[in-house]
Amino acid sequence: MTLQDLIDKLLGRQTASADTARQRLQLVLAHDRSDLNPELLEQMRREILEVVSRYVEIDLSETDVSLETEDRVTALVANLPIRRTL
Amino acid sequence: MSTTRTILICSGKGGVGKTTTTANLGIALARSGASTVVLDADFGLRNLDLLLGLENRIVYTAQEVLAETCRLEQALVKHKQEPNLSLLPAGNPRMLEWLTPKDMQAIVALLEERFDYVLIDCPAGIEDGFKNAAAAAREALVITTPEVAAVRDADRVIGLLNTQGVSPVQLVLNRVRPKMMSSQEMLSVDDVTDILALPLLGLVFEDEQVIVSTNRGEPLTLSDGGSPAARAYGNIAGRLQGKDIPLMDPAKIRRGLRAKMRELMQTKIF
Repeated sequence: MTLQDLIDKLLGRQTASADTARQRLQLVLAHDRSDLNPELLEQMRREILEVVSRYVEIDLSETDVSLETEDRVTALVANLPIRRTL
Repeated sequence: MSTTRTILICSGKGGVGKTTTTANLGIALARSGASTVVLDADFGLRNLDLLLGLENRIVYTAQEVLAETCRLEQALVKHKQEPNLSLLPAGNPRMLEWLTPKDMQAIVALLEERFDYVLIDCPAGIEDGFKNAAAAAREALVITTPEVAAVRDADRVIGLLNTQGVSPVQLVLNRVRPKMMSSQEMLSVDDVTDILALPLLGLVFEDEQVIVSTNRGEPLTLSDGGSPAARAYGNIAGRLQGKDIPLMDPAKIRRGLRAKMRELMQTKIF
Protein backbone atom coordinates (compact mmCIF):
# COMPACT_ATOMS: atom_id res chain seq x y z
CA MET A 1 0.00 0.00 0.00
CA THR A 2 1.27 3.45 -0.84
CA LEU A 3 0.84 6.58 1.26
CA GLN A 4 -1.61 7.82 -1.38
CA ASP A 5 -3.70 4.65 -0.95
CA LEU A 6 -3.71 5.11 2.81
CA ILE A 7 -4.88 8.71 2.52
CA ASP A 8 -7.56 7.68 0.02
CA LYS A 9 -8.73 4.94 2.33
CA LEU A 10 -8.80 7.17 5.39
CA LEU A 11 -10.83 9.73 3.47
CA GLY A 12 -13.17 6.99 2.34
CA ARG A 13 -12.39 7.62 -1.31
CA GLN A 14 -11.63 4.01 -2.04
CA THR A 15 -12.79 0.78 -0.43
CA ALA A 16 -10.23 -1.87 0.43
CA SER A 17 -9.72 -4.06 -2.60
CA ALA A 18 -10.24 -7.26 -0.58
CA ASP A 19 -13.91 -6.27 -0.11
CA THR A 20 -14.33 -5.67 -3.81
CA ALA A 21 -12.66 -9.00 -4.54
CA ARG A 22 -14.97 -10.86 -2.16
CA GLN A 23 -18.13 -9.29 -3.57
CA ARG A 24 -17.10 -9.90 -7.17
CA LEU A 25 -16.20 -13.50 -6.38
CA GLN A 26 -19.47 -14.23 -4.62
CA LEU A 27 -21.40 -12.94 -7.60
CA VAL A 28 -19.37 -14.72 -10.25
CA LEU A 29 -19.40 -18.01 -8.30
CA ALA A 30 -23.16 -17.88 -7.90
CA HIS A 31 -23.40 -17.65 -11.68
CA ASP A 32 -20.70 -20.30 -12.27
CA ARG A 33 -22.29 -22.76 -9.87
CA SER A 34 -25.78 -22.42 -11.28
CA ASP A 35 -24.58 -22.18 -14.87
CA LEU A 36 -26.80 -19.12 -15.32
CA ASN A 37 -25.43 -16.08 -17.10
CA PRO A 38 -26.75 -12.59 -16.31
CA GLU A 39 -28.82 -12.60 -19.52
CA LEU A 40 -30.64 -15.82 -18.63
CA LEU A 41 -31.16 -14.57 -15.10
CA GLU A 42 -32.73 -11.40 -16.46
CA GLN A 43 -35.02 -13.42 -18.72
CA MET A 44 -36.05 -15.60 -15.78
CA ARG A 45 -36.67 -12.50 -13.67
CA ARG A 46 -39.02 -11.07 -16.32
CA GLU A 47 -40.93 -14.34 -16.59
CA ILE A 48 -41.26 -14.72 -12.82
CA LEU A 49 -42.61 -11.18 -12.57
CA GLU A 50 -45.05 -11.89 -15.40
CA VAL A 51 -46.44 -14.95 -13.61
CA VAL A 52 -46.62 -13.36 -10.18
CA SER A 53 -48.24 -10.22 -11.59
CA ARG A 54 -51.19 -12.30 -12.77
CA TYR A 55 -52.08 -12.91 -9.13
CA VAL A 56 -50.91 -9.87 -7.19
CA GLU A 57 -49.86 -6.36 -7.99
CA ILE A 58 -46.11 -6.04 -7.53
CA ASP A 59 -44.18 -2.89 -6.86
CA LEU A 60 -41.95 -3.13 -9.93
CA SER A 61 -39.46 -0.54 -8.76
CA GLU A 62 -38.61 -2.52 -5.63
CA THR A 63 -38.23 -6.05 -6.99
CA ASP A 64 -35.03 -7.96 -6.55
CA VAL A 65 -34.26 -11.35 -8.07
CA SER A 66 -30.74 -12.60 -7.53
CA LEU A 67 -28.56 -15.58 -6.83
CA GLU A 68 -27.16 -15.94 -3.35
CA THR A 69 -24.68 -18.50 -2.26
CA GLU A 70 -23.60 -19.85 1.08
CA ASP A 71 -21.71 -23.03 2.01
CA ARG A 72 -21.62 -24.15 -1.62
CA VAL A 73 -25.43 -23.99 -1.83
CA THR A 74 -26.76 -21.49 -4.30
CA ALA A 75 -30.28 -20.14 -3.91
CA LEU A 76 -32.43 -18.04 -6.18
CA VAL A 77 -33.82 -15.31 -3.97
CA ALA A 78 -36.72 -13.19 -5.17
CA ASN A 79 -37.98 -10.27 -3.19
CA LEU A 80 -41.23 -9.01 -4.74
CA PRO A 81 -43.01 -6.40 -2.62
CA ILE A 82 -46.79 -6.51 -3.12
CA ARG A 83 -48.41 -3.14 -3.58
CA ARG A 84 -51.05 -2.26 -1.03
CA THR A 85 -54.44 -2.05 -2.62
CA LEU A 86 -56.36 -0.74 0.36
CA MET B 1 -8.13 -53.38 1.58
CA SER B 2 -5.27 -51.00 0.98
CA THR B 3 -4.58 -48.39 3.61
CA THR B 4 -2.60 -46.27 1.16
CA ARG B 5 -3.59 -42.60 1.03
CA THR B 6 -3.90 -41.58 -2.61
CA ILE B 7 -4.12 -37.80 -2.73
CA LEU B 8 -4.68 -35.62 -5.79
CA ILE B 9 -2.98 -32.23 -5.64
CA CYS B 10 -4.89 -29.90 -7.92
CA SER B 11 -5.90 -26.26 -8.37
CA GLY B 12 -7.58 -25.55 -11.68
CA LYS B 13 -5.48 -22.48 -12.31
CA GLY B 14 -1.82 -22.88 -13.23
CA GLY B 15 1.04 -21.35 -11.31
CA VAL B 16 -0.51 -21.42 -7.84
CA GLY B 17 1.91 -24.01 -6.43
CA LYS B 18 0.67 -27.54 -7.16
CA THR B 19 4.05 -28.93 -8.10
CA THR B 20 5.90 -27.08 -5.34
CA THR B 21 3.38 -28.42 -2.82
CA THR B 22 3.65 -31.97 -4.19
CA ALA B 23 7.45 -31.90 -3.99
CA ASN B 24 7.56 -30.45 -0.47
CA LEU B 25 4.83 -32.69 0.94
CA GLY B 26 6.43 -35.72 -0.71
CA ILE B 27 9.76 -35.00 0.95
CA ALA B 28 8.17 -34.15 4.31
CA LEU B 29 6.07 -37.35 4.37
CA ALA B 30 9.08 -39.44 3.35
CA ARG B 31 11.24 -37.85 6.05
CA SER B 32 8.65 -38.81 8.65
CA GLY B 33 9.23 -42.43 7.66
CA ALA B 34 6.25 -43.00 5.36
CA SER B 35 7.08 -44.64 2.05
CA THR B 36 5.88 -42.12 -0.48
CA VAL B 37 5.63 -41.84 -4.24
CA VAL B 38 4.88 -38.69 -6.23
CA LEU B 39 3.19 -39.38 -9.56
CA ASP B 40 3.60 -36.62 -12.14
CA ALA B 41 0.28 -36.65 -13.98
CA ASP B 42 1.18 -33.35 -15.64
CA PHE B 43 3.47 -35.17 -18.03
CA GLY B 44 2.89 -32.88 -21.01
CA LEU B 45 4.60 -30.09 -19.12
CA ARG B 46 6.32 -32.08 -16.44
CA ASN B 47 8.28 -30.22 -13.82
CA LEU B 48 8.09 -32.30 -10.69
CA ASP B 49 11.37 -34.00 -11.66
CA LEU B 50 13.01 -30.57 -11.90
CA LEU B 51 11.79 -29.37 -8.49
CA LEU B 52 13.01 -32.60 -6.91
CA GLY B 53 16.40 -32.44 -8.65
CA LEU B 54 15.72 -35.72 -10.46
CA GLU B 55 15.52 -34.42 -14.03
CA ASN B 56 18.53 -36.37 -15.27
CA ARG B 57 17.50 -39.69 -13.78
CA ILE B 58 14.26 -40.45 -15.61
CA VAL B 59 14.56 -43.40 -17.98
CA TYR B 60 11.12 -44.97 -18.06
CA THR B 61 7.62 -43.76 -17.28
CA ALA B 62 4.36 -45.37 -16.18
CA GLN B 63 3.59 -45.78 -19.87
CA GLU B 64 6.37 -48.37 -20.28
CA VAL B 65 5.28 -50.08 -17.07
CA LEU B 66 1.73 -50.54 -18.39
CA ALA B 67 3.04 -51.65 -21.78
CA GLU B 68 5.17 -54.17 -19.86
CA THR B 69 8.39 -53.05 -21.53
CA CYS B 70 9.85 -52.43 -18.07
CA ARG B 71 9.16 -53.34 -14.47
CA LEU B 72 7.71 -50.82 -12.01
CA GLU B 73 10.98 -50.83 -9.99
CA GLN B 74 12.87 -49.73 -13.11
CA ALA B 75 10.56 -46.78 -13.72
CA LEU B 76 10.52 -45.52 -10.13
CA VAL B 77 13.19 -42.85 -9.54
CA LYS B 78 14.41 -42.91 -5.97
CA HIS B 79 15.32 -39.57 -4.40
CA LYS B 80 19.03 -39.22 -3.65
CA GLN B 81 18.87 -37.76 -0.15
CA GLU B 82 15.48 -39.16 0.83
CA PRO B 83 15.22 -42.81 -0.24
CA ASN B 84 11.68 -43.12 1.19
CA LEU B 85 10.53 -40.93 -1.71
CA SER B 86 10.18 -42.10 -5.30
CA LEU B 87 9.07 -40.25 -8.43
CA LEU B 88 7.10 -41.78 -11.27
CA PRO B 89 6.34 -39.70 -14.36
CA ALA B 90 2.98 -40.77 -15.78
CA GLY B 91 4.12 -40.39 -19.36
CA ASN B 92 6.48 -38.97 -21.85
CA PRO B 93 6.01 -35.33 -22.92
CA ARG B 94 6.17 -36.41 -26.57
CA MET B 95 3.28 -38.86 -26.27
CA LEU B 96 0.39 -36.85 -24.99
CA GLU B 97 -2.54 -38.90 -26.11
CA TRP B 98 -2.03 -42.27 -24.52
CA LEU B 99 -3.42 -41.88 -21.03
CA THR B 100 -7.01 -42.74 -20.09
CA PRO B 101 -8.71 -42.78 -16.67
CA LYS B 102 -8.37 -46.59 -16.71
CA ASP B 103 -4.60 -46.38 -17.30
CA MET B 104 -4.28 -43.96 -14.42
CA GLN B 105 -6.25 -46.27 -12.13
CA ALA B 106 -4.04 -49.20 -13.17
CA ILE B 107 -0.84 -47.28 -12.38
CA VAL B 108 -2.14 -46.08 -9.03
CA ALA B 109 -3.27 -49.61 -8.12
CA LEU B 110 0.31 -50.82 -8.69
CA LEU B 111 1.70 -47.98 -6.56
CA GLU B 112 -0.80 -48.59 -3.76
CA GLU B 113 0.61 -52.10 -3.33
CA ARG B 114 3.93 -50.76 -2.14
CA PHE B 115 3.58 -47.20 -0.82
CA ASP B 116 1.89 -45.55 2.17
CA TYR B 117 1.28 -42.29 0.30
CA VAL B 118 0.63 -41.71 -3.40
CA LEU B 119 0.63 -37.98 -4.25
CA ILE B 120 -0.66 -37.18 -7.73
CA ASP B 121 0.55 -33.88 -9.22
CA CYS B 122 -2.41 -32.84 -11.36
CA PRO B 123 -2.14 -30.75 -14.52
CA ALA B 124 -3.78 -27.31 -14.60
CA GLY B 125 -7.19 -27.02 -16.21
CA ILE B 126 -10.32 -29.13 -15.90
CA GLU B 127 -10.04 -31.07 -19.14
CA ASP B 128 -8.88 -34.65 -19.81
CA GLY B 129 -5.59 -34.30 -17.92
CA PHE B 130 -7.46 -33.36 -14.77
CA LYS B 131 -10.13 -36.00 -15.26
CA ASN B 132 -7.55 -38.76 -15.78
CA ALA B 133 -5.68 -37.75 -12.64
CA ALA B 134 -8.86 -37.38 -10.58
CA ALA B 135 -10.16 -40.79 -11.68
CA ALA B 136 -7.48 -42.52 -9.63
CA ALA B 137 -7.61 -40.33 -6.53
CA ARG B 138 -9.36 -41.09 -3.28
CA GLU B 139 -8.88 -37.73 -1.62
CA ALA B 140 -7.68 -34.31 -2.78
CA LEU B 141 -5.87 -31.17 -1.76
CA VAL B 142 -7.01 -28.08 -3.62
CA ILE B 143 -4.28 -25.46 -3.77
CA THR B 144 -5.32 -21.85 -4.20
CA THR B 145 -3.97 -18.37 -3.57
CA PRO B 146 -5.92 -15.40 -2.17
CA GLU B 147 -6.58 -14.06 -5.68
CA VAL B 148 -9.91 -13.90 -7.49
CA ALA B 149 -8.91 -15.99 -10.52
CA ALA B 150 -7.33 -18.76 -8.42
CA VAL B 151 -10.33 -18.93 -6.07
CA ARG B 152 -12.82 -19.03 -8.93
CA ASP B 153 -10.93 -21.86 -10.65
CA ALA B 154 -10.58 -23.74 -7.36
CA ASP B 155 -14.36 -23.56 -7.02
CA ARG B 156 -14.83 -25.23 -10.40
CA VAL B 157 -12.41 -27.98 -9.46
CA ILE B 158 -14.12 -28.56 -6.10
CA GLY B 159 -17.46 -28.95 -7.89
CA LEU B 160 -15.95 -31.57 -10.23
CA LEU B 161 -14.27 -33.45 -7.38
CA ASN B 162 -17.60 -33.59 -5.53
CA THR B 163 -19.35 -35.11 -8.53
CA GLN B 164 -16.53 -37.67 -8.88
CA GLY B 165 -16.91 -38.74 -5.27
CA VAL B 166 -13.40 -37.72 -4.20
CA SER B 167 -13.43 -37.19 -0.44
CA PRO B 168 -12.20 -35.61 1.74
CA VAL B 169 -11.27 -32.51 -0.24
CA GLN B 170 -9.16 -30.09 1.79
CA LEU B 171 -7.78 -26.65 1.06
CA VAL B 172 -4.22 -25.31 1.07
CA LEU B 173 -3.98 -21.53 0.83
CA ASN B 174 -0.67 -20.67 -0.78
CA ARG B 175 1.34 -17.47 -1.22
CA VAL B 176 -0.33 -15.62 1.62
CA ARG B 177 1.03 -12.11 2.20
CA PRO B 178 0.24 -11.19 5.82
CA LYS B 179 0.97 -7.48 5.31
CA MET B 180 -1.48 -7.18 2.40
CA MET B 181 -4.08 -9.13 4.36
CA SER B 182 -3.78 -6.83 7.36
CA SER B 183 -4.26 -3.77 5.15
CA GLN B 184 -7.23 -5.54 3.53
CA GLU B 185 -5.71 -5.46 0.10
CA MET B 186 -5.79 -9.25 -0.13
CA LEU B 187 -8.66 -11.69 0.44
CA SER B 188 -8.42 -12.93 4.02
CA VAL B 189 -8.06 -16.57 5.06
CA ASP B 190 -11.70 -16.52 6.25
CA ASP B 191 -12.89 -14.96 2.98
CA VAL B 192 -11.40 -17.83 1.00
CA THR B 193 -12.51 -20.64 3.31
CA ASP B 194 -16.03 -19.16 3.55
CA ILE B 195 -16.37 -18.83 -0.21
CA LEU B 196 -15.01 -22.29 -1.00
CA ALA B 197 -16.55 -23.94 2.09
CA LEU B 198 -13.68 -26.39 2.53
CA PRO B 199 -11.68 -27.32 5.63
CA LEU B 200 -8.31 -25.53 5.61
CA LEU B 201 -5.41 -27.98 5.89
CA GLY B 202 -2.80 -25.27 5.90
CA LEU B 203 -1.60 -21.91 4.72
CA VAL B 204 1.76 -21.06 3.27
CA PHE B 205 3.21 -17.57 3.39
CA GLU B 206 4.82 -16.07 0.32
CA ASP B 207 8.48 -16.93 0.71
CA GLU B 208 11.44 -16.12 -1.53
CA GLN B 209 13.15 -19.27 -0.34
CA VAL B 210 10.71 -21.25 -2.51
CA ILE B 211 12.36 -19.80 -5.61
CA VAL B 212 15.84 -20.42 -4.22
CA SER B 213 14.95 -24.05 -3.51
CA THR B 214 13.52 -24.63 -6.98
CA ASN B 215 16.68 -23.14 -8.49
CA ARG B 216 18.65 -25.81 -6.66
CA GLY B 217 16.20 -28.67 -7.12
CA GLU B 218 16.13 -29.17 -3.36
CA PRO B 219 12.66 -28.80 -1.81
CA LEU B 220 12.59 -26.70 1.37
CA THR B 221 11.40 -29.60 3.49
CA LEU B 222 14.66 -31.48 2.79
CA SER B 223 16.44 -29.50 5.52
CA ASP B 224 15.36 -28.51 9.00
CA GLY B 225 15.71 -24.83 8.11
CA GLY B 226 13.21 -22.41 9.53
CA SER B 227 11.97 -20.61 6.42
CA PRO B 228 8.23 -19.87 6.77
CA ALA B 229 7.21 -21.97 3.76
CA ALA B 230 9.35 -24.90 4.90
CA ARG B 231 7.59 -24.93 8.26
CA ALA B 232 4.19 -24.54 6.62
CA TYR B 233 4.73 -27.55 4.34
CA GLY B 234 6.07 -29.57 7.26
CA ASN B 235 2.94 -28.71 9.24
CA ILE B 236 0.66 -29.67 6.36
CA ALA B 237 2.37 -33.06 6.07
CA GLY B 238 1.94 -33.51 9.82
CA ARG B 239 -1.77 -32.66 9.67
CA LEU B 240 -2.23 -35.09 6.77
CA GLN B 241 -0.88 -37.76 9.10
CA GLY B 242 -3.42 -36.81 11.73
CA LYS B 243 -1.22 -34.66 13.96
CA ASP B 244 -2.91 -31.78 15.70
CA ILE B 245 -0.83 -28.75 14.67
CA PRO B 246 -2.38 -25.29 15.02
CA LEU B 247 -2.72 -23.13 11.89
CA MET B 248 -0.44 -20.12 11.54
CA ASP B 249 -2.18 -16.80 12.05
CA PRO B 250 -1.14 -14.22 9.45
CA ALA B 251 -2.09 -11.41 11.85
CA LYS B 252 0.35 -12.71 14.43
CA ILE B 253 3.36 -13.29 12.25
CA ARG B 254 6.33 -12.20 14.31
CA ARG B 255 9.64 -11.92 12.64
CA GLY B 256 11.91 -14.15 14.62
CA LEU B 257 15.57 -13.55 15.27
CA ARG B 258 16.43 -16.28 12.78
CA ALA B 259 14.49 -14.61 9.97
CA LYS B 260 16.11 -11.28 10.77
CA MET B 261 19.51 -12.93 10.85
CA ARG B 262 18.89 -14.57 7.48
CA GLU B 263 17.79 -11.26 6.05
CA LEU B 264 20.94 -9.64 7.41
CA MET B 265 23.07 -12.33 5.81
CA GLN B 266 21.34 -11.67 2.48
CA THR B 267 21.94 -7.93 2.61
CA LYS B 268 23.97 -6.67 -0.33
CA ILE B 269 27.23 -5.18 0.93
CA PHE B 270 28.99 -4.47 -2.36
